[in-house]
Amino acid sequence: MAGLYLHIPFCRQACVYCDFHFSTSLKYREPMVNAILREMELQKDFFKGETLQSLYFGGGTPSVLEHEEIVALVQKAFKTFRWAENPEITLEANPDDLSQEKLTQLKAAGINRLSIGVQSFRDSDLQFMNRSHNAEQSISCLQNARQAGFNNITLDLIYGLPNMDDEAWKDQVRQALNLGVPHISSYALTVEPRTALHHKIEKGEHRPLDEEQAARQFKILWEMLDKAGFEHYEVSNFARPGFRARHNSSYWQGRPYLGVGPSAHSFRAMHRYWNVSNNALYRKAIEKGELAQEYEELSEKDRFNEYLMTALRTREGLDLLEIEKTFAPEYSYYLMKEVEPVLGKGQLHLQNRRLFIPQEWRFHSDGIAASLFYI
Amino acid sequence: MKNIRNFCIIAHIDHGKSTLADRLLESTQTISDRDKKDQLLDDMDLERERGITIKSHAIQMVYKNGEGEFTLNLIDTPGHVDFSYEVSRAIAACEGALLVVDAAQGIQAQTISNLYLALEHDLEIIPVLNKIDLPSANPEEVKDQIIDLIGCDESDIIPASAKTGMGISEILEAVVQRIPAPVGDPDAPLQALIFDSVYNPYRGIEAFFKVVNGRIRSGEAVKFMATGHQYGADEIGVLRLKQEPRKEISAGNVGYIISGIKQAKEVKVGDTITAMEKPAKEAIAGFENVKPMVFAGIYPVDTEDFEELRASLEKLQLNDASLTFEPESSAALGFGFRCGFLGMLHMEIVQERLEREFDMTVITTVPNVSYRAYLKKNPEKEIIINNPSEFPDPSTLDHIEEPYIKAQIITKSDYVGGIMNLCIEKRGILKNQVYLTSERVELSFDLPLTEIVFDFYDRLKTISRGYASLDYHPLGYRETEMVKVDIMLNGDPVDALSALIHRDNAYDLGKKMCEKLRELIPRQQFMIAIQAAIGAKIIARETLSALRKDVTAKCYGGDISRKRKLLEKQKAGKKRMRQVGNVEIPQQAFLAVLKLND
Ligand SMILES: Nc1nc2c(ncn2[C@@H]2O[C@H](COP(=O)(O)OP(=O)(O)O)[C@@H](O)[C@H]2O)c(=O)[nH]1
Ligand code: SF4
Ligand SMILES: [Mg+2]
Repeated sequence: MAGLYLHIPFCRQACVYCDFHFSTSLKYREPMVNAILREMELQKDFFKGETLQSLYFGGGTPSVLEHEEIVALVQKAFKTFRWAENPEITLEANPDDLSQEKLTQLKAAGINRLSIGVQSFRDSDLQFMNRSHNAEQSISCLQNARQAGFNNITLDLIYGLPNMDDEAWKDQVRQALNLGVPHISSYALTVEPRTALHHKIEKGEHRPLDEEQAARQFKILWEMLDKAGFEHYEVSNFARPGFRARHNSSYWQGRPYLGVGPSAHSFRAMHRYWNVSNNALYRKAIEKGELAQEYEELSEKDRFNEYLMTALRTREGLDLLEIEKTFAPEYSYYLMKEVEPVLGKGQLHLQNRRLFIPQEWRFHSDGIAASLFYI
Repeated sequence: MKNIRNFCIIAHIDHGKSTLADRLLESTQTISDRDKKDQLLDDMDLERERGITIKSHAIQMVYKNGEGEFTLNLIDTPGHVDFSYEVSRAIAACEGALLVVDAAQGIQAQTISNLYLALEHDLEIIPVLNKIDLPSANPEEVKDQIIDLIGCDESDIIPASAKTGMGISEILEAVVQRIPAPVGDPDAPLQALIFDSVYNPYRGIEAFFKVVNGRIRSGEAVKFMATGHQYGADEIGVLRLKQEPRKEISAGNVGYIISGIKQAKEVKVGDTITAMEKPAKEAIAGFENVKPMVFAGIYPVDTEDFEELRASLEKLQLNDASLTFEPESSAALGFGFRCGFLGMLHMEIVQERLEREFDMTVITTVPNVSYRAYLKKNPEKEIIINNPSEFPDPSTLDHIEEPYIKAQIITKSDYVGGIMNLCIEKRGILKNQVYLTSERVELSFDLPLTEIVFDFYDRLKTISRGYASLDYHPLGYRETEMVKVDIMLNGDPVDALSALIHRDNAYDLGKKMCEKLRELIPRQQFMIAIQAAIGAKIIARETLSALRKDVTAKCYGGDISRKRKLLEKQKAGKKRMRQVGNVEIPQQAFLAVLKLND
C-alpha cells in the first residue's frame, strides 16, 4: 500500500508561523499545474507494483485551485498509477475558499476527505496569525461541507497561542467537538526559523512562546478528546474509530510515498528524494522533461532510526517483531539495551511486544526516540 | 669532525621553519622527489593539521662543495612556549642556528626568546629573511629590526624564500662557512647529550643524542647518568631520511640509539649517555627534570572505560615523556586521572590525541596550576596542591603561593593600551616596555601563571587583532590569596567543576561560570539550579528551566529526514555527556571556565 502527495505551492497570504513552501502570487498557477501533471507522467514508474490507497492534496493551499485543475490532477493520478479500491482522497482547504459551490465541485471531482485549516475560532488569534479567514467562515464552511456530503472531515487547531489561556483553549476544543468532525489535528504553535513569527521574537516585538502553556494545553487537548471518544493515534492527531488519516499514517508506518510538486518528498525502499523548493526552478526542469530532485540513500541505521522516530509518535508505538524481521539482529539487541533505563523511568511501556510512549510522556516523544537511536 | 655542522632553525610559529627545512633536504638530495611532501619533519597527523611542530626531530644531510663533503645535522625544534625546555636542549646540541624571520611579519616574541636561548649557548646565528616573495614583504624594515636585535651587518642577512627556493644555496654555504665545527675530544670518555626521544611501535623507544665527547659503539653497555639506568646499545646510527645503523658515532656527530628502553619516562631530555667501560666523571650541564605546569583531571565519559583510558595514557606517555598522570577519583566523575601538562597547548594535544588515536571519549576538568600551601600548624612545610579537592580548609591555612611567569609580549604600538588593561586585569605587573622600532613594542610582565591558563591567549589575540605574540618563562612562586569556588547543581556540589580562583575575581568568575553553565547544560526534564559557592556561602545563582516540550508538532513526509538528522545529533551529543546526580552535563561544560568571555 502506498500514497501519492501533490504539493500545491500557493497561498493567499503568509501565516506568521508557516515555513512550508509556497508563493503568495498566483500568477503561475496554471503552468505549475501543468508541471505537476507532467511530473506525474515522468514518475509513472516510481512505484514497483505497489497499489496506491491514498491521494493527498497538500500545500500551500490546494483549495486555491480551480475546479478543472483539481479534476485534471485527480484524473491524471488515476490514469498514471495503480489504485486500490476506495482510495482516500484528501484536500487541504482554507475556510475562505470553501463556498457552497466550491464544496459541491470538490465532491464531484472525487475528493472524499477534507482537511480544513480552521486553526482557531477566535478572530483575534486569526489576525495574529495572519490567516486569510475569520472565525465565522470557519464555522459556516464546516456546516456547508456536511451539506455537500462530506462526512470525513478533519480540522486543524493551534494551541500555545499568545493570549490564549487554558479556559479559552478548552472552549476552542469544545467548539471543535460541537461541530461533530470525526478527526482533529492539533499542533503546538512552533517558532520555525525564517518565519515572520521568528523574526518578531528575535527583534523583541513579540515575547517568546511559553512552553509550560503548550504542555498544559496539550494535556487539556488529549484529555478532552479522549473523553469525547477520540483516539490520540499520533502526537498531533486524533480520530474517532475508523477515521484515522490513511495517507498521513503511511508516513509513520514507513510505507512508500511519491511526492509531486516543488519541495515534495518521496520515499521508497532505501531512498528518499526531494524536489527543489523553488517554483521557477521546479517548473523549468519539469518543462525540459527532467526531475529537479536530490536524493539520499538510507542506510540500515538511518531506516532503523526513522522507524523509531516515526513509530514512537503513534499510539501503537513500535513493533519489536517488525524490528527483528526488518533489521539485522544487532539492532534488536541494541534496542533492548537502550530501552531498559527508559522503561525504568516509565517513559516507555512494553506490551504485547510493542513499545509505546504513555500519554503523560508524549510531549517528550522526540527526546525519548532519540535516546534509543542507533549511533 | 671538522666536516660536521650541527644547527637548528629558530623562528616564530609560521615564519617558515618547516618549509625551509624541506627545501634544505631537497637541495642536498636527502629526500628524493618521490618522498617529497610538505613539512616533512612534522610527521604526526596532528602536527600536519595544526601546522605546528610538537616533537622535535633531527635529520642528517650530506652537502658537497669545492672544499669537500660535509655532514649537516639539522635539529628541528618545537615552536611553542609549552615546549621551551625541549627547545633549549635541542639548541644545546648545536653550534649554530638559522634565525628565520618572516619578511612580512617581522620579529615576534618567539623569535626573540629562542634567539636568547641560542645566544646563551654561544651559537653562531645566521639571520635569514624568509618569505621575501610575498607582496606584503617589508625587507628593509625587517632587516633593520634584525640588525638592531643581533648587531650583525646587513650583508650577513640572507634574503630567502622557502617557497620559491631562493636563497637556499646561500644558506647551505653559510652553514658550512660560518658555523664552527663541533669541538670535543673523541678520545675522552663518552658524553652524549639526549635532546629528544620518540616511541616507535615496532622498535621501542629511540633516543636522539649528540656525542659531545668520546664515541659511542654499537653493542656496548651504556648508562643514562640522570636516571642511572643501564642498557646495551643494541643499535646506533645516524638519522638520514631513514635511520642508518652505524658501528660507531664519535664526538661532534648526532645519532640515535635503540636499547630496549621500555618507556619514554626512562629517557629524559637533557640526560647524558656515557659508557659503562670508562664512564665520564660528570654529566653535561643543564639537565632539568621538566615539571608539568598545568594540571587537569581526565575522566572517561563512560565509567567502564577507566582501564582503557589508563592503557591509552600509558601508550601516549611512551612518546610524550612530559605527560604525567596518576589515578584520582571524583565524587561526580568516578575514577580518572590527574594529568600534568607543560601548558595549555600540551593539554589540548593530549586530549585530542586520546580521542583521535585511541578513540576515547573523555572529560577534561578545569585545569589549574600547582599551588603551594602552608598550614598554621606547620608554616615551614610546603604542601603541593595540584587539584582543587586538595585545597586545605581556609581556616587552617597560614598562607598560599602561586607560580608566576615572565611574559614577553611583542605588539604593534597601537595595541599597547588594550594589552596593558588585559594584563592588569590579569593581575600582571609591568616590568619593562621597549620600543623595538617606532611601531613595535616589547612588553614584559610578571603574571600569575594561572591567569594565562584562563582565557588569556585568545583575548590577547583579539585585542591585538592577531598581531601580538607571547612567550613566557617560569619565575618561581609568590604569595597569593586563592579561594576555592565550588559549583552546585540542584544543591549537590560537582567537585569536577570546582576551581581555584584569586579572591578578588571570585565573585565575578563565579557569576560568569554559572551563566556559562546555564548556556552549556541542555534543558532537562526538571528545573536545575546552578550555584557557585565559596565554602557555605552562595555567591551566584542561575536557574535552568525544565524542558516541557520535546517533540515537534508535525512529522509528515517532508519532515522525516531533517528530523532524524537532528535527533541523531542530539543522541551523539548525549553520548558525550556525563550524568552527575540526575543532571546530564556535556563534556565541554567542564572546561567552560576557560572561555568565560566568549
Ligand atoms: N610565500 C611564502 N610562504 C612561505 C614561505 N615559507 C613558508 N611559507 C608558508 O608559511 C606557512 C608556515 O610555514 P611553516 O614552514 O609551517 O612554518 P613554521 O611554523 O615556522 O614551521 C606555510 O603556509 C608555508 O607554506 C615563503 O618563503 N614564502
Ligand atoms: S499555514 Fe497553510 S495557508 Fe498559512 S501560509 Fe502555511 S501553507 Fe499557507
Ligand atoms: Mg612547523
